[in-house]
Formats: sequence, C-alpha cells, structure tokens
Amino acid sequence: MSDFLTVTFWVGFLAATIRLATPLILATLGETFAERSGVLNLGIEGTMMFGALAAFLTTYFTHSLWLGVLAAVVSGMVFGLLMAFLAVTLGLSQHVSGLGITILATGLAYYLYRAVIGSPTVPPHVDSFNTLPIPLLSKIPVVGPIFFDHFALTYIAFLLVPVAGYVIYRTTYGLSLRSVGENPEVADSVGISVHKIRYSALIIAGALMGLAGSFFTLAEFNLFLFDIVGGRGWVSIALVIFANWIPVRVLWGALLFGGVDAIGLRLQGTSIGIPFQIYLILPYLLTIIMLILIARNASYPSAMLKPYRRE
Amino acid sequence: MHLPKYKLEKRLPPPLWFQILTPVIAVVISLLISSIFLLAIKQDPLQAYLYMFRGAVGSKFAFLEMLVKATPLILTGVAVALAFTAKFWNIGAEGQLYAGAFAATWVGIMNLPLPAPLYILVVVLAGFAGGAIWALVPGYLKARYKVDDVVTTLLMNYIMIYIVGGILSGPWRNPKTMYPASVEIAQNADFPKLIAHSRVHFGLVLAVLAVIALYFIVRRTRLGFEIRATGTNAGAARFLGINTLKTIIYVAMISGGIAGIAGAGEVAGVQYHLIQSISPGYGYDGIVIAMLGRLNPAGVLLSAIYFAMIITGAQVMSRSLNVPPYIASVIQGVTLLVMLAMLLSFEYRIRRER
Repeated sequence: MSDFLTVTFWVGFLAATIRLATPLILATLGETFAERSGVLNLGIEGTMMFGALAAFLTTYFTHSLWLGVLAAVVSGMVFGLLMAFLAVTLGLSQHVSGLGITILATGLAYYLYRAVIGSPTVPPHVDSFNTLPIPLLSKIPVVGPIFFDHFALTYIAFLLVPVAGYVIYRTTYGLSLRSVGENPEVADSVGISVHKIRYSALIIAGALMGLAGSFFTLAEFNLFLFDIVGGRGWVSIALVIFANWIPVRVLWGALLFGGVDAIGLRLQGTSIGIPFQIYLILPYLLTIIMLILIARNASYPSAMLKPYRRE
Repeated sequence: MHLPKYKLEKRLPPPLWFQILTPVIAVVISLLISSIFLLAIKQDPLQAYLYMFRGAVGSKFAFLEMLVKATPLILTGVAVALAFTAKFWNIGAEGQLYAGAFAATWVGIMNLPLPAPLYILVVVLAGFAGGAIWALVPGYLKARYKVDDVVTTLLMNYIMIYIVGGILSGPWRNPKTMYPASVEIAQNADFPKLIAHSRVHFGLVLAVLAVIALYFIVRRTRLGFEIRATGTNAGAARFLGINTLKTIIYVAMISGGIAGIAGAGEVAGVQYHLIQSISPGYGYDGIVIAMLGRLNPAGVLLSAIYFAMIITGAQVMSRSLNVPPYIASVIQGVTLLVMLAMLLSFEYRIRRER
C-alpha cells in the first residue's frame, strides 16, 4: 500500500480519472440537451448499450474503428428519433417511453450479439483505439501523461463541453432549446416549432449517448460484455441534476465520478480479504448521496415531463 | 389540392370491451413487429412463435415450468403496478427482490428450531422486510428530500446486487464447494410443492394473494384512495388533506416488500440457497408486466403469465432453432412501447377535420 505516495500512482490515478470520465461526459451532455428541451430520456442506458454493440460489430467486420464510432452515433440517433416520436409526437409518458427504449435497445443488443457472434468460449476482440499522445505536450513530465496521452474520443468529449455550452447559451438554436424547455407555449407563440426543437434535441442526445457507448467497446475495452455499460447511463441522469443542466458543470461531475471509478479500479488490485464488490458500490452510493445534497436546489427545466399539444 | 386534416380529440372513458381488447391487440402488433428481428436473422417467425408456444404450454411439464417462471413475475408486476399507481417510479424491484432473497436466506440458514409452517412464515416475512427496507430508502428520500425516485431506485439495484455478490464471495461462500453460493437453507424453511413431480411451489399462492391484495388495497381501502389521489394529482390530494409524503412511503414499503417476497420465493421455493443469478431481471420484467396489465390486478396476472410464456418459450425455442433467447427481451421492449402508444387511444380519438 506504500505506493499510494508515489508519483507514478497519482499520475496513473489521475489519467484513469480522465479516461473513465469520458463516457459520462458524452452521455451527460446528451441528456442535458434532451432535458433542456423538456424531455427526460431514460432510454440513455439502452442507447449506450446499443451504441457499444453497434460500434463493436461494425469494427469487428470492417476493421475500421471510426466506422464503428459512426455506427454507434447513427444507432443513437435512431433511438433518439424513436424517443421523440413516442414522447413528442404521441406525447406519451416520458418515464415509460424511455424505460421501454432501454429495455428494447438492451434486448436488441444482446439478441444481435448472440445472433451474429454466437457464444464462443473466448469472446472475440477488435484492435481497439490506441492513445493519441499530443506531440510535445505529452512529453511534459507528470502533466503530459495525465492530460495529453489519451484516446481520441476522450479529447473529443472534453472539447464537446465548451461546444455544448456555446450552443446552449450563445446560439439562436440554444435560445429556442431553452425556451421550449422552459415555456413551450411562449416559444410556440413567437414562431418556434416546439416539436422540431425537441426532435433535434433528442437526436443530438441520442448521437452523444451512442458515442459514449462506443467508448466502452472500442477504447476502454476491446470487446462487448453484457454488463459493459453497468448503470453509467443512470449515473449520467443524476449528473445532469448535479450539473444543474449546465454543460461546464457536467465536466466536474463526470471527473468526480471518473475519480471514484478509478479509485475502485486501483483498490481492487491492492486489497486483500475485502470483497472487490465494495469498491464497485462506491460510484452508485456517491451518486445517491450527491442527489440528496443537491435535490432541493435542482432547477429542473419547467416543461420537463410535460408533452406539448396545441389546443 | 386540399388535404384532409386529422386532429386528436379527448374522449370519454372507453367501453370495457375496448379496454380488454387493447392489450390483446398490443400483443399481436408487438409479435408482428418483433418478427422483423426474426426475419433479420433469416428465421421463420411463424415457426419460431410456434416453437415458443409449444415450449411454454405444449406439455404438462412445459406448462408447470411456465408457472414456476410466472411466480416471481406476478409478484414484481404487482409491486411495480402498486408503485406506479401512486406515481412512485419504482424501477428498483430488481434490487428489492435481491434484498428479499438476501433477508430470506439469512433467516433460512440460521437453522431456527421452528416447525415448517412457522419457519416458512418467518422466511416470507423476512423477504418482505428486506424488500420493504430497500425500497424505504428511495421512498423516504423522495418524500423528504425530493430526490428523484427513478435514479435512486435504479442505482440501488446495482448496490444490492453487488452486496449480494460481495457476501457470496466472502462470508457466505459455501465452505464445502467454495462456490460463491450460500449453504442450503433449513429444510423446514423450504416452500412446499403445490404439485408433485414439479417445481411449482407455495410462492405461486403468495403471488395470487398479492394480486388480490393489490385489488383490495387500491380499490377497497382508505390507503388505496390516497394512493390513487396521489398518483392522479398530488397537489389536489394534498388539498384534500392527504399526507402524500406518508402515502409515498407506505407505497414504497409495500411495493418493495412484495418484490422482496419474489426473492424469498426464488430462494425457498426454487434454488434452496442464494446464488448471484437469483434473478435474471424479474424486477425489470415487472415494469413491462405492470404496464401491459394497465396497473390493474387481473391485467397484471394475465400479462405476467403471458411474459412467463414468452420467456420460457424463448428459452426452449433457442435450443431447437438458431434464435437467441434474448428475443424475449426484444418482444418485451416492443410490447411495452406498443401498449403505451395504444393507451393513447383510451384518452383520444382521431377525428378528421373539415
């Protein structure tokens, strides 16, 4: 346990934190778009799961990682579209529509994996992403390996944070998005199409959730496992509340949870006698504690959960 | 050119035959949609469904095995239906089932000096208590701190499943086999068989009792009135003097307790010891069952039996045909969404505008 104090330990730990935050950042940004438009998308967990599968199968057959990523994004958009049809056009319960999508997408992912791959004793692998060290910067001692030697998807996730912030706060689209989520009647009266904005937000959300899924099978691991997403979609739902629907704060929440995940991973290796499950509980437990602390101050978009119909 | 316009129009509550027919139509449409996925892997949907049907009810053995599967599904369906009636979004029946199984095993392996009927009662109560306590946490957090119930119930599933995993790989590991499973519970704690030479056990009686209890609680008691009022319009319910916070907490505990009994049944009626895979997702199935049954007791019973047929049927079919058993989950997801969309027809009808 003495290696707690070494630089190597901390560099490894911080780099792992950033790496493990990646899917959380992507999925939480996605959910932020959905909820900002007034739609809670509980399809997140299943959309991530299917994205992970789509990425894996595509890369497995084409040997192209980026085609895999693209497949995950497109599959996410399709589930986003389905969510929009159910929750926006038909105006059905957002809770049940989202859960239905998660059940369907998860079931489909398992079904397709078994149909295509079967159940071999050794699950097949793909050649997953290598890290992409940034020239010069990655050579800086300590700082380099922590920040500048990551997967391309990790850099993309971090860059998308300011992009999402810009879109939501500095563009006409973002203004429409926020007004549709806060007061759809008023938005409608000034000529903003509530349904179009919600559709677009859910498709963007789906794309980001699918992208998050691809990280598991193409970067974090190099294979598809049935519990590969492991509730990170649900953690993302909580992170949106933690971030108070503000993209920049998503970053802090995701890093916090990436950190807890990283602690779990490190301690699993070092502990003796304590069941490793204790460490796996940590992120879920922390999420619940965090929700208790912030629940009263959470400012949900006013129109969330309410379908919009013109009378 | 003048296109006719269509408009959704509110309508009066639909007649009873329509309410009964809707789930049946939803089931048929769902099977039609799901056949796309069978065709996609070059399988004949008709043949696949026929094999599933035969696998579920084609023989006495198949039928009884289907009932074994239906037992936990009825219970989780009832648990979710009760919670959803109060708009307590309990997505945590899976974790509550594990908590119930955990508690039931705990008293089961104590080898208490009790005669069989009494020991069984203790096991059932322990299962109820385990599930109730596990659901009390999100119920209390929602009532007291307005913490989102969807997220907490879901996350607590993972926590309980890991707790069970930790216990089984640590303190409760079977010392003889070294397998991560508890030792067998006391024989006096085993649920009796209802039918000789089958696995149908006393849990089925509990499941049917739970259906009756759901009807009785929701329709015939003061609490039921408060539950329905809280679910329909919490603001108005408070105005009527209903303590909605207390209602939510009661609902959470009863709902969790019933899911916990499902766990106790799997331990004391099927496995006789606690294993990590005590539930392959019965808690999540409960959500689909409750929705297809329209949160109605008889509906929940029928839809639990339907999904028990789908799940057992899919398992049997996958052994003969080259179709993954996960087609059952696909059918579930499709059915949930189709049923949800069809419920819209209860409230609205499409009218052509002139």
